Amino acid sequence: MSILPQIIFLLIFIVAGYVLYKRVSFLRRAIMLGKKSGRTDNPGERWKTMGLVAFGQKKMFKRIVPAIFHLFLYVGFIIINIEILEFVIDGLFGQHRYFFPFTGTWYMVALNIFEFLAFGSLVASVIFLIRRNIIKIRRFTARELFGWPKLDANLILFAEITLMTAILVMNATDQALADKGYAHYTQIEGLFFSSLIKPLFIDMGATTLFYIERIAWWLHIIGILGFAIYITYSKHLHIFLAFPNTYYSNLKPKGEMKNMEEVTNEVNMMLGIQTENTPEPPAEIARFGAKDVNDLSWVNVMNAFACTECGRCTDQCPANITGKKLSPRKIMMDTRDRAEEVAISLENGGKGLEDGKSLYGDYITKEEINACTSCNACVEACPVNIDPLAIILDIRRYVAMEESGTPPQWNAMFQNIETSFSPWKFAPTDRFNWADKVKEEEQK
Amino acid sequence: MAEMAASGESPEILFWVGCAGSFDDRYKAVTQAFVKILNKVGVSFAVLGPEETCTGDPARRAGNEFLFQMQAVGNIQVMNGYNVKKVVTACPHCFNTIKNEYPALGGNYEVIHHSTFLQQLINDGKVVIKGGGDFKGKKITFHDSCYLGRANNVYEAPRDVIKALDVELVEMKRCRTKGLCCGAGGAQMFKEPEEGKKDINIERTEEALETGASAIAVGCPFCLTMMADGVKNKNRENDVQVYDLAELIAKDQGL
Repeated sequence: MSILPQIIFLLIFIVAGYVLYKRVSFLRRAIMLGKKSGRTDNPGERWKTMGLVAFGQKKMFKRIVPAIFHLFLYVGFIIINIEILEFVIDGLFGQHRYFFPFTGTWYMVALNIFEFLAFGSLVASVIFLIRRNIIKIRRFTARELFGWPKLDANLILFAEITLMTAILVMNATDQALADKGYAHYTQIEGLFFSSLIKPLFIDMGATTLFYIERIAWWLHIIGILGFAIYITYSKHLHIFLAFPNTYYSNLKPKGEMKNMEEVTNEVNMMLGIQTENTPEPPAEIARFGAKDVNDLSWVNVMNAFACTECGRCTDQCPANITGKKLSPRKIMMDTRDRAEEVAISLENGGKGLEDGKSLYGDYITKEEINACTSCNACVEACPVNIDPLAIILDIRRYVAMEESGTPPQWNAMFQNIETSFSPWKFAPTDRFNWADKVKEEEQK
Repeated sequence: MAEMAASGESPEILFWVGCAGSFDDRYKAVTQAFVKILNKVGVSFAVLGPEETCTGDPARRAGNEFLFQMQAVGNIQVMNGYNVKKVVTACPHCFNTIKNEYPALGGNYEVIHHSTFLQQLINDGKVVIKGGGDFKGKKITFHDSCYLGRANNVYEAPRDVIKALDVELVEMKRCRTKGLCCGAGGAQMFKEPEEGKKDINIERTEEALETGASAIAVGCPFCLTMMADGVKNKNRENDVQVYDLAELIAKDQGL
């Protein structure tokens, strides 16, 4: 056999590796546009959260039907990729099924598991295509999915189907060749799923079978490498980012808003409160709240890249359910789009953040953030612990404190708190009046 | 509180009344009901009265961090001045803010929501349920407040209080972690909703009415307003009542 396939294989690997490296560095830079997060405490709890939520799929199982099909794809992805090891060895050293001779029955068992998962993934992908395109499920028909996001979702499912079909066709033709006693091809007794499609190939000539087998082999390995690169452009990035994303989850009660230290310093000064360890005021307070991606924390930005646009957040959002413009999923999609836009611009020596655009204003509108009830339904619903609420509330801070663009009724509420110490306009001295009735009754 | 402090007493708990509990005509009844329970049980408690101000929650959620912190620091100074250790409140927003957000500004207290406090009183036998009174055997549904449930994982205490009343607790389709907001959180209470197809409280009220419950129990002043408005909107105020948990207990006790 010529050495040419081995050289081609090596070249493809090197090129794919290089492109992937460039893409991962790009994504890293985009995410790191965000500020420090401070979420490095309590590693034990963080590993546990990652184990349960990402690895263990805990929150996926709140909806059992998609969870089971998703589990096939997830386990399939992890397990079938073990086979890549053999692909690489075979490809580089011109071997065929390198592990078979010294693993024997175990090889058959492993291959059956792979085939089972491949079949399961195939079925799951077909069902997901039907759910997305034929059954009108509300969260898959929202307007923020028009265009690329919808195409992206379908391309991923088609890619899965292609890759899984390639595995099954490869094994079936491989065994058909072995049956004919073709050189290098050895019989592996007891492959279940590929034997079901073997009759399709059994009448073909040995050369045809050989080419089909080789095409399937190359399609699978090139497909996987291509898919890995594609993922970096796609919502499908969640298969990797779900892990760091859950590690850096918010471990505090969901109701707590992060304190703004820079405001505390000023409040303490205004009230003349001496604090023991007043931190040095930062040289330059960038901005109160968030207007653009660099005002968010890097975890907020990573959240956006980890989002696979499943829409469970939007599906649970009371504002969205009742027809308001707000969609938590769109908040995350906008954040990613803006981070990518800035990172691409910086890469090309462009103006980056100074391009005259910003996340709030050009992507997310005031009407959207004003519709939020801060109910945390979106945060609760997310299977990978993304927090759209944090971004919404940070933008509100910008609107209130930098832009003074708060709705008039809220400004009135602010004024009431300032003057009467209550969001409603009542005399502060009347605060205890409710007790009169209790006292009256008790005296009777 | 000031009187107790002046006479050298230090009450076991501070009852944080909140703005709605102090000024809102409907919610004042809840404050009164809760105080009657506390008096009957003989809990040593105090209120800040005119010294209490808004916790700052709506200001913070609407983006005004300055105003929030001004309120918070003021309240913390007052509470620390009286050496407050334990705070009970009937408002999940006050509860969340004092419990989770005041520590960063120097206010560290044990904070419990009145649903948990009532549950403890019942569990300890300090409040002995007389059989549910008017509600005996009737269907009651509980509306989860976001700032009690998802925000702070309090789901069971209010349900235990209701169950103790010998009534049939019926759940709405969206409950506990999936509970639908009443529409008032995040400072929405203080402005008109954004443009949409429907108001959130109507959506939620419809769901509550679907259970066939004769009463909707809540544990939050905003939820109470929103649900009561929703029931009125559906012209059902004659056969469906909205009550706070403290009112249910007070009625049972004949208070």
